[in-house]
Amino acid sequence: MGEIHVMREGLLPPGPPKRRHLISITDLGKEDVERLLGTARSFSRSLEREVKKLPTLRGRTIVNVFYESSTRTSSSFELAAKRLSADTMSIKAAGSSVDKGESLKDTILTLAAYDPDVIVMRHPQIGAPQLAARYCEAHIVNAGDGKHQHPTQALLDLFTIQEELGKIDGLQVAIIGDVLHSRVARSNIQALTMMGARVSLVGPPSLIPRGIGAMGVEISTDIRSIASADVVYVLRMQRERMLEGANYVPSLREYAARWGVTPERLRPGQKVMHPGPMNRGVEIDPRVADAADALIEIQVRAGLVVRMAVLYDLLTHGPVAVRELEPEGVA
Amino acid sequence: MAALRLFSKVAPKEDLVVKGARVLDPAEGVDGVLDVRVDKGVIAEVGTVLQANGHRVVEAGGLLLAPAFVDTHVHLRVPGREDEETIESGTRAAAAGGFCAILAMPNTDPVVDSAAVLGALVEDAREQAEVPVGFLAAISKGQEGTELTEMAELADEGAAGFSDDGRPVSSPGLMRRALQYASVTGRRLALHCEEPSLSRGGHMHEGAVSAELGFGGYPSVAESLMVERDLALAAYEGQPLHLLHLSARESVAALRAALADGVLATGEVTPHHLCLTDEAVRSLDSNVKMNPPLRSDEDRSALIAGLIDGTITAIATDHAPHARHEKEVPFEAAPFGVTGLETAFPALYTHLVEPGLVPLETIVERMSSGPAHAYGLEAPRITVGAPANLVLLDTAASWKVVEQQFRSRSANSWLLAQTLHGQVRMTVAAGRVVHEA
Repeated sequence: MGEIHVMREGLLPPGPPKRRHLISITDLGKEDVERLLGTARSFSRSLEREVKKLPTLRGRTIVNVFYESSTRTSSSFELAAKRLSADTMSIKAAGSSVDKGESLKDTILTLAAYDPDVIVMRHPQIGAPQLAARYCEAHIVNAGDGKHQHPTQALLDLFTIQEELGKIDGLQVAIIGDVLHSRVARSNIQALTMMGARVSLVGPPSLIPRGIGAMGVEISTDIRSIASADVVYVLRMQRERMLEGANYVPSLREYAARWGVTPERLRPGQKVMHPGPMNRGVEIDPRVADAADALIEIQVRAGLVVRMAVLYDLLTHGPVAVRELEPEGVA
Repeated sequence: MAALRLFSKVAPKEDLVVKGARVLDPAEGVDGVLDVRVDKGVIAEVGTVLQANGHRVVEAGGLLLAPAFVDTHVHLRVPGREDEETIESGTRAAAAGGFCAILAMPNTDPVVDSAAVLGALVEDAREQAEVPVGFLAAISKGQEGTELTEMAELADEGAAGFSDDGRPVSSPGLMRRALQYASVTGRRLALHCEEPSLSRGGHMHEGAVSAELGFGGYPSVAESLMVERDLALAAYEGQPLHLLHLSARESVAALRAALADGVLATGEVTPHHLCLTDEAVRSLDSNVKMNPPLRSDEDRSALIAGLIDGTITAIATDHAPHARHEKEVPFEAAPFGVTGLETAFPALYTHLVEPGLVPLETIVERMSSGPAHAYGLEAPRITVGAPANLVLLDTAASWKVVEQQFRSRSANSWLLAQTLHGQVRMTVAAGRVVHEA
């Protein structure tokens, strides 16, 4: 995983160690992704055992800081850390000093005083994890920063596709809906194209950001263009991120009628993914969400093993086969 | 009509001879190795091997002596944010940057929209200002865009022009009235062109970089649409106006076309828009967040071309100091604006002159007489009989920009930790040496 990218040397944190962080998919090369997916696969097998806990990260401290609500991501990071025997601590903005107006910088400095090994952070603003990396020595894992990046989501999506379709290279993936407000879309476009998939974006013009073609994607406003896709990736309409009165779409009803993913708009065998939480009846028809070709629950399960792999990789820096490790209690 | 006035503390004028510099005043057609003698703050002789006459002698071989710079776009943050800047610190910063005169914007707290607020500033400037400073007053009361300020009284009290900088005059009707009424004051309107319904939620230029990073976009058309509106109104009323901090190529094109049609318009551009593009925002550094935002490479090229062909006649820094804790936050939470007074010439020399993009003569002219003419100020000139407004530059020097050396109270510079070429060795403002390094 890469170093954080800063323009000026003066911004680099003081002291010698250049910490490895996972802030953006662009921190990763193809080999990094392959290594992480391989590690996740090993963890996946280890979770089939009766005793699921591994001693790998015993004595390490992992702090989850969530400034935005989350079910999937926060629970899977916490469980991932516990499965690896790390000590974990979870802080939510509500009920913390953030409520009292404490700045991000001061919160990070406070947490840094406990010398955590990893800080997993979700924040509503772009670049919050980069800022955190300036003020502490921990490895930073971005669990979603505003509309920017959600790298572990993209990794778990790659893992899901790899496991369910047997490959990523050469596949066609259609990402549908509210791309404008979606960090999941941005991370997935970078991750999928890096691994050789072709990506197309489908949605109303107001929700497809101007200039995004430069990321190497095709753009269509016609829902029928999803017909050729191997995977149909449905994005959530992020009403909470939309500016009031911005009129991105006239109504959710009209959006659902034009761009909602319904059984009629899919062909048999097309796999459907969604990062959750779903707005059933808006971007996704309930019949699609509950169908056999929907991979949505598999994505959630993949989230656990992929996040275990990320924590493991950051703290051990290397492709150590997990099968060499013994479950806790045996070792 | 009251004459345009600048204010500074009273100090003795100096006698000095600057010897052996390359003297460059593009507006006066001067370029050669010459001596310049200043008697009691006035240029008394320009020639070769001048006698010292008991004056202080400044040996300036290998250096460049030019008309000092004029910055018509500075935020001194007073009244209201004395923690960020004051008249004293801001004019010291200006002196260090080679400026002999600056104009301060009225978007303070309270807004400079009454004779009382303006009068207090004038008084402070007479006690604190190292270099002469002029104050713009607001176009509309509270800069709220609904009611005109008492422009005639403000002009009598010393307003150097009128601006709602920081926000646009949204209503075309009020803009038209402002153009009509400002004509009785003999002062320029300086316009911040932004259509808010297009820029709302925007943190950077809308384009490939904002699409990838996820930032809300502030499209070029949000500026150029307003530029076109204001030029159309100026043409209709036959009144002059000045366009602040142009950033988009469409704006440059609109200004060029209006000038060809005889509209009395001037335009300015900042060093950061001339040197950077939206690619810089990939750093997520809040010190590259400004309004208008850094735009594409094509926009930057159009600004440079406009500067060279004379469509844009002024470089102005839009020096916008911000408290450290307000910038040490994620990009979207940070306020717009960067400092610029102390780095303007070195930044332009390093990023435009050395790479051969803009001739040195153009930079010097657009930093001195160009901005002065835009507001009807007396232009700094190197000619006998003119007040000594001089800057002595060492273009061979290189230095690293570090926070500690700023005279400004704020350090939100986009150039921190960069090594720049070109250093201001001495500034003479209104006949007085105000900076030496």
